Amino acid sequence: MDMTTLVKDDKMVIYLSGEIDHHSCREIREGVDRLLVTHRPKVFIFDLSGVDFMDSSGLGLVLGRYRRVKELDADMYIANADERTLKILRMAGVDKIIKTITHSTESCE
Amino acid sequence: MKKDVLQNYLKITIPAKSMNEALSRSVISAFISQLDPTIEELCDLKTAVSEAVTNCIVHAYRDEADEGKKLIYITADITKGGAVTIRIRDKGCGISDIEKALTPMYSGSSSEERSGMGFSIMQVFSDKLTVRSKPGKGTTVSISKHIGKAYAEN
Repeated sequence: MDMTTLVKDDKMVIYLSGEIDHHSCREIREGVDRLLVTHRPKVFIFDLSGVDFMDSSGLGLVLGRYRRVKELDADMYIANADERTLKILRMAGVDKIIKTITHSTESCE
Repeated sequence: MKKDVLQNYLKITIPAKSMNEALSRSVISAFISQLDPTIEELCDLKTAVSEAVTNCIVHAYRDEADEGKKLIYITADITKGGAVTIRIRDKGCGISDIEKALTPMYSGSSSEERSGMGFSIMQVFSDKLTVRSKPGKGTTVSISKHIGKAYAEN
């Protein structure tokens, strides 16, 4: 699991790659929460283009970050999730509360 | 001409450590590759196994202090016609209300960020899911799935 961060003005994009499971979630959660506190973005984007596996632990991760982002009164997006990941997000209705987009740059301009 | 019936099995025991979630997915993936599955079938089983193994780690052994007792027993069978059955068993706390545990969005853990979608995902990504559990004794989850090509050829 790798995590890359891009901060531009009040927007923050986190690019995740590799496998998101219960094991890798802890590291991602701690890293993202630290960055959220430091930068306090107004737009937060999880870019999942490099993710090749995600299970229900990823749902917990995404929903948990959504709560943090809302506390900052910011907007959250999920970018570039593949069909499989989208299927899992839809099963839990996550796509209804967090907007899914196909380019993490589109809301970053 | 009827092809030879392919039969094989796998049996492993691993400690209930989160680093073994990826290991269990890889092992199952390698084992069922002999059936020439589609990427989708492979991913379905990897996801279902990942959910079951994670449950053992997050829930089954949460009150077990003896690290040596926290074990996950995985078996996988390939039976006639390309049917795969994977059993994930633990000797942990067990589930007192299975029906409730299977309810989408219900999680038995409030200490971690859990979505409560584990069993729902196992159901969607397998042909058949059975859960047997006894409080204080442990839980066995069986995940069955037909692998398309091998199934069609027999």
